[in-house]
Amino acid sequence: MNVAVDLATVWAFIIAFAVFVYVVMDGFDLGLGILFPLFPEKRDRDIIMNSVAPVWDGNETWLVLGGGGLMAAFPLAYAVLMPALYTPMIAMLLGLVFRGVAFEFRWRTTKARNRWDIAFFGGSLLATLAQGIALGAILQGVHVEGRSYAGGWWDWLTPFSILTGISLVIGYSLLGATWLVMKTEGELRDRAYHLSWIFLLAMLGAIGAVSIATPFLHVQYTQRWFAWPNVLLTAQVPISVAAITALLLRSLANKYDYQPFFLALALFALSYAGLGISMYPYIVPQSITIWQAAAPENSQLFMLVGVAGLIPLILGYTAWAYWVFRGKVKPESGYH
Amino acid sequence: MFEGWDAVVLARAQFAFTMSFHIIFPAFSIGLASYLAVLEALWLATGREVYINLFNYWLKIFAVAFAMGVVSGIVMSYQFGTNWSAFSDKTGPVIGPLMAYEVLTAFFLEAGFLGVMLFGLNRVGPKLHFLATLMVAIGTLISAFWILSANSWMQTPTGHTVNEAGQFIAADWLKVIFNPSFPYRLVHMVLAAYLTTALVVGAVGAWHLLRDRHLAGPRVMFSMAMWMATLVAPIQIIAGDQHGLNTLEHQPVKIMAMEGHFHSHKDGAPLILFGLPNQSAGRVDYAVEVPKLGSLILKHSTDAPMAGLDTIPRENWPPVAITFWSFRIMVGMGLLMLALGLFSLLMRVQGKLYDSRLLHMFAVAMAPAGFIAVLAGWITTEVGRQPFTVYGLLRTAESASPLAAPAVASSLVAFIIVYFAVFAAGVIYLLRLMAAPPHPGEEGPSQHEAPIRTAGITPAAQGAGS
Ligand code: HDD
Ligand code: HEM
Ligand code: HEM
Repeated sequence: MNVAVDLATVWAFIIAFAVFVYVVMDGFDLGLGILFPLFPEKRDRDIIMNSVAPVWDGNETWLVLGGGGLMAAFPLAYAVLMPALYTPMIAMLLGLVFRGVAFEFRWRTTKARNRWDIAFFGGSLLATLAQGIALGAILQGVHVEGRSYAGGWWDWLTPFSILTGISLVIGYSLLGATWLVMKTEGELRDRAYHLSWIFLLAMLGAIGAVSIATPFLHVQYTQRWFAWPNVLLTAQVPISVAAITALLLRSLANKYDYQPFFLALALFALSYAGLGISMYPYIVPQSITIWQAAAPENSQLFMLVGVAGLIPLILGYTAWAYWVFRGKVKPESGYH
Repeated sequence: MFEGWDAVVLARAQFAFTMSFHIIFPAFSIGLASYLAVLEALWLATGREVYINLFNYWLKIFAVAFAMGVVSGIVMSYQFGTNWSAFSDKTGPVIGPLMAYEVLTAFFLEAGFLGVMLFGLNRVGPKLHFLATLMVAIGTLISAFWILSANSWMQTPTGHTVNEAGQFIAADWLKVIFNPSFPYRLVHMVLAAYLTTALVVGAVGAWHLLRDRHLAGPRVMFSMAMWMATLVAPIQIIAGDQHGLNTLEHQPVKIMAMEGHFHSHKDGAPLILFGLPNQSAGRVDYAVEVPKLGSLILKHSTDAPMAGLDTIPRENWPPVAITFWSFRIMVGMGLLMLALGLFSLLMRVQGKLYDSRLLHMFAVAMAPAGFIAVLAGWITTEVGRQPFTVYGLLRTAESASPLAAPAVASSLVAFIIVYFAVFAAGVIYLLRLMAAPPHPGEEGPSQHEAPIRTAGITPAAQGAGS
């Protein structure tokens, strides 16, 4: 029993890690799609596309690991959450179809290029909104009876989930804009700085709004954040947010290349930690804990072996791929 | 559009629809990735320009097909949860880890090296680039390994027990992974992918030879593809026969449906070539049959008795007509491939491989044969295992999510519209790429990358220069 308890926590961290890496990597990638309409020039769009073309597939694979890992390590949670999030999930998948094929299709046609640019934008926006809404829907809790979801197929739609959906759109846009700062030059980069300012301010508003709204969802969330002595710990989160924001503002003012992107990531990491504080140890908030949802010990152990050996390797060759394509994207490089 | 369909039937339709779209792309990209690795190896070994031209030509095609495989695959992996949540809860502890290993060992490998394979030749040099190509090719094969293991476990489950929550749990992982039908399915599917790719490559080569029989690139690819057809088509037929014997042992009801054996035969079952299976009446109408041949093929003895569907309760019958016909379509395609392989061998021996217009037209006509056979094969396999998702243990009707029919119907309509729009465009772009012949100095996806042009230089020259 003791081993099982620890394993479930270990797996909760592994899944959380996979989802976080996904949010970080596909976040800027989807953000670029959302920013696409703000860069109407073909030349700029080519550069933006080429800055992620070699790595987008790897970025999205973390989503597959998050979903697949959830099914394997916490099958009950997967079985309850997926039907509960039916509509946002299907919308996300369809959005990913549109934006994924756009990477290849837009180079294969001149007449219909604009159509695939719209697909890239629309698909990215839809997928992001859906992910944000799904997150809100999970936080507000779902109706469970026995081992299955017992709500309707529109339960996920509430003002709170819309708020989290919009917040994620803002957050990914910030990641996308700071990524462009890092990967581009000249006039394109100047516009990316400008956008970073705007989305940073919007992001602070979003973090504030979600933080205020969350405690109203459940008393448990309130207690988790404000009860003594928890508050000593949880207060670190807003304090760090303020510190990171200050650094980020400074790096934008000084027109640094790399800092803005990594500080924006730090901001995401903090928001994500906040989420973890709210949820733990529930995997389906207020109804199913990680221990109730955990797959039998031998399944979790079997996978743990693979994860321990393979994740470092994966991170290694992924880093190599990023390294190969490091530096500023030149307008004439990449795809024709 | 779908009035009167219940949520389970709709979910099945959705799974079948999205899966059928997905498998088209892996069937092509598994074979093409290996073909690209072979082309690059030949270029590195010989330095001949025609190989790098062909490599760059097929690389652009690969990029488009691969992207479609990825996006349709992501849909599949989430569909287990959205539409088959009861199934996921019960089988997650067993097939979840297999699919997680697929992600860890295969998908990351493919995706991690794909960027370098597509755009990195000038950045990393030929040797490392070849490594990247190799990793992508190996990744596609590892992916087939795990996903077919998961599917085979659902067909022939072994090595598991059931816990108090009603979940399947693994008792012996090796028995789960190497379940009885897995080796057969893996061999049959990988050969199918190679054949499918060879037929497309051969058809593209033949198409350009019909215009101009002196083009260097099309000659090389046509010859390579025809070797593949000549050698692999017979092996595939043998593998399929062995697969059938394995199925007879572990899923006899599926074989009864494939063969249209509604009735038991005490002394030698016939081979029904054609006919119209009539499920409600429990007989095959207008059957054209060869006496005793069925027993000869399946039991290697003309008089061996064979049980029919009349020994099985009706609620456990799979849909017979679909299984019966899809099986015949697959076998028919296999025989046509064999014919193409033998014909090309004959022409090759006579020195007319690049001159026989009849052969070239035959090869062009066979372009879709692999895809048709793969789809027909999977339909045989999957429909033949109904009404179970885990054979004999978990019924399809008990596997579905607790969703209202309108939810599933709307998503099904959305998938149909989006897939037809998106993948039709993709297929048009693929055909457009194939319609132009590879030319000397063919460029890969990243043409403007560096001052030196990849196409012109041999690996030896580049090695000396760097
Ligand atoms: C025999 C081979 C085979 C079969 C039966 C399947 N797949 Fe597949 N799949 C592949 C062979 C493959 C591949 C060759 O590895 C692909 C095709 C193109 C690609 O990018 O990788 C792929 C891509 C692919 C991806 C995208 C991976 C990425 O992000 O790079 C996912 C998530 C899946 N598949 C999931 C599935 C699921 C859930 C299946 C069953 C229901 C399935 N595949 C059947
Ligand atoms: C790759 C080619 C495949 C094709 C073309 C295919 C096709 C199909 C079809 C046509 C059905 C519907 C059968 C019916 O309802 O009568 C089905 C069902 C199913 N298949 Fe597959 N399948 C494939 C591979 C797989 C794999 C690899 C898995 C699992 C790892 C899988 C899991 C399932 C499940 C869970 C069902 C049950 C749902 C249902 O009965 O519709 N399939 N498949
Ligand atoms: C002509 C001789 C062939 C025979 C006797 C044969 C036999 C079989 C059998 C018995 C099955 C069903 C196994 C089961 O579900 O238990 C099967 C499935 C399948 N076949 Fe064939 N086959 C032949 C040719 C081909 C060809 C030429 C292709 C493709 C190029 C192909 C592709 C497939 C695929 C993709 C499946 C589904 C996956 C699987 O279960 O392995 N087959 N075949």
